[in-house]
Amino acid sequence: MDEVRIISPNGILGYGFPISSFKLGLDLKPDVIAMDAGSTDAGPYYLGGGVSFTSRDAVKRDLNLVLEGAHSLKIPVLIGSAGGAGAEPHLNWLVEIVNEVLFENNFDFKKAVIYSDVSKKYLLKKLKEKKVEPTTTEPVLTADAVDKSKRLVAQIGVEAFIESLNKGANLIIAGRSLDIAEFAAFPIWKGFSKGLSLHLGKILECGAIASSPGSGRDCLFGVMRKDHFLVFPTNPKRQCTKLSVTAHSLYEKDDPFKIWSTDGYIDLSESKFEEINDRTVKVSGSRFIPTVPTRLKVEGVSLVGHRFVSIAGTRDPYFISSLLQVEKEVIEQLHENFSDVKEGKDYSVRFVNYGIDGVMEKPLDTAPHEVGIVMEVIAKDKNLAKTIIAFIRSTLLHTGYKGRKSTAGNLAILFSPSDFDGGKVYKFSVHHLIEIESEKEVYKFS
Amino acid sequence: MTKLKDVADVIRSKNAGPFVLTFDIFFHDPKVYQKVKKQKCINEELIKRLYHVSDEEILGIVYFDVALAIKFNLKRKICSGDFGDRDIYGAQQHVPLFEVELFKEAKEED
Repeated sequence: MDEVRIISPNGILGYGFPISSFKLGLDLKPDVIAMDAGSTDAGPYYLGGGVSFTSRDAVKRDLNLVLEGAHSLKIPVLIGSAGGAGAEPHLNWLVEIVNEVLFENNFDFKKAVIYSDVSKKYLLKKLKEKKVEPTTTEPVLTADAVDKSKRLVAQIGVEAFIESLNKGANLIIAGRSLDIAEFAAFPIWKGFSKGLSLHLGKILECGAIASSPGSGRDCLFGVMRKDHFLVFPTNPKRQCTKLSVTAHSLYEKDDPFKIWSTDGYIDLSESKFEEINDRTVKVSGSRFIPTVPTRLKVEGVSLVGHRFVSIAGTRDPYFISSLLQVEKEVIEQLHENFSDVKEGKDYSVRFVNYGIDGVMEKPLDTAPHEVGIVMEVIAKDKNLAKTIIAFIRSTLLHTGYKGRKSTAGNLAILFSPSDFDGGKVYKFSVHHLIEIESEKEVYKFS
Repeated sequence: MTKLKDVADVIRSKNAGPFVLTFDIFFHDPKVYQKVKKQKCINEELIKRLYHVSDEEILGIVYFDVALAIKFNLKRKICSGDFGDRDIYGAQQHVPLFEVELFKEAKEED
């Protein structure tokens, strides 16, 4: 095989992609379709809740097209980080949708399903053996944090994908994986350079985000060769440029010279990026540097409480100028009214004032003409959260202040009902690297 | 006075995992990039002032010649999704960089 041709239909399975772009991609005779289905970007809730941040119908729509394309060209499909967070409930959810699509279309694939959940017992053993360390700035992991975790999952590398390919699987669905693994596994399996394969994986994993204009819901095409790879978008309206591809090499990572895998990193310091035509970039020189020991990242979340939210706005310049002070007084009244529960212990409460301190905490000097207020309560149980959100909403609405003219009410309340149940709240409790002998310690086939 | 937003093609922020914010600045003109690099226009003092952070919270500033890019990383004051977080993806923390003034006359004489 002189080259391997890979299509990445989009940034995340379920984000959608134009059918025309995908068809153009299939016309280019790809050898494999690879897709990333997850991320921690959406925050800790999804791993804790056991649900995806994508919708079932949207995922099924994408899968219908992808599996139809793969079936017609008789090429394999590799999917990583199933269901977003990639733990058992997420993977089972995606496999169920896949099975539905296979059944409804009478498609025949040889499936491999790879779990990458980690038990508390396993992680505690690693902790005891001093084989756990923070990924970057995380607090040192404690046994207590492991015990309190609701669910733990490891980011696996290419090993389980390659084992599946060796067994003849042509539809591989894995739990939490390195973003780059499902893209790099096939060319590495075919004997291409590990450094270049992993680098190509990094460019492809977000679909057309690495093109210009960028998009997470369009296709990117990669051609892996002996000493370089090519990358271009299939949609003629987009182009890969030196800027778009180098920019993506740096995307969402802290060290521009290294892209980490489980058993080493890709050294980008000698990488060469060239525009070979107005839509295609050629990359060469990326080298794989092995490191010992092999390390996997483990992600875990723990339950914090239950959230309620209320949304309101104001355009009253007198209220806006007093707003931060009035909010302080509302909290004081809250403490006085419910003295049997304690802020910080039983609940947390805050006001996020869009127009003042919404996106960034530090307010600017200029006074906004309108402010959107999001009130948030996280409490130890649902009932307390509901009680407190109702109290702060009604108190902020009716609290007087110096210079007030609008004595009928301070807020434009946006909805009825005004308060929203935000459900259970989780926080990241584990985001640490573990030392392993082999990835086989972690992954399991169904 | 040249501002960063006038000469950089991309100025962005994003999570690099839930505990770190990463910032990228890309230039298209190698001359501008080299000048910014030579004068260390993006430096610790500037970042401390713009983002109200201490030295310990700055996890490195890297000039990446291959891409005509500058990357710096900040320890998140609040982990993504923890109580008090305002930007789960970290995608809107770049704005203070827009107005950064480059190439002051005094600096050019250095």
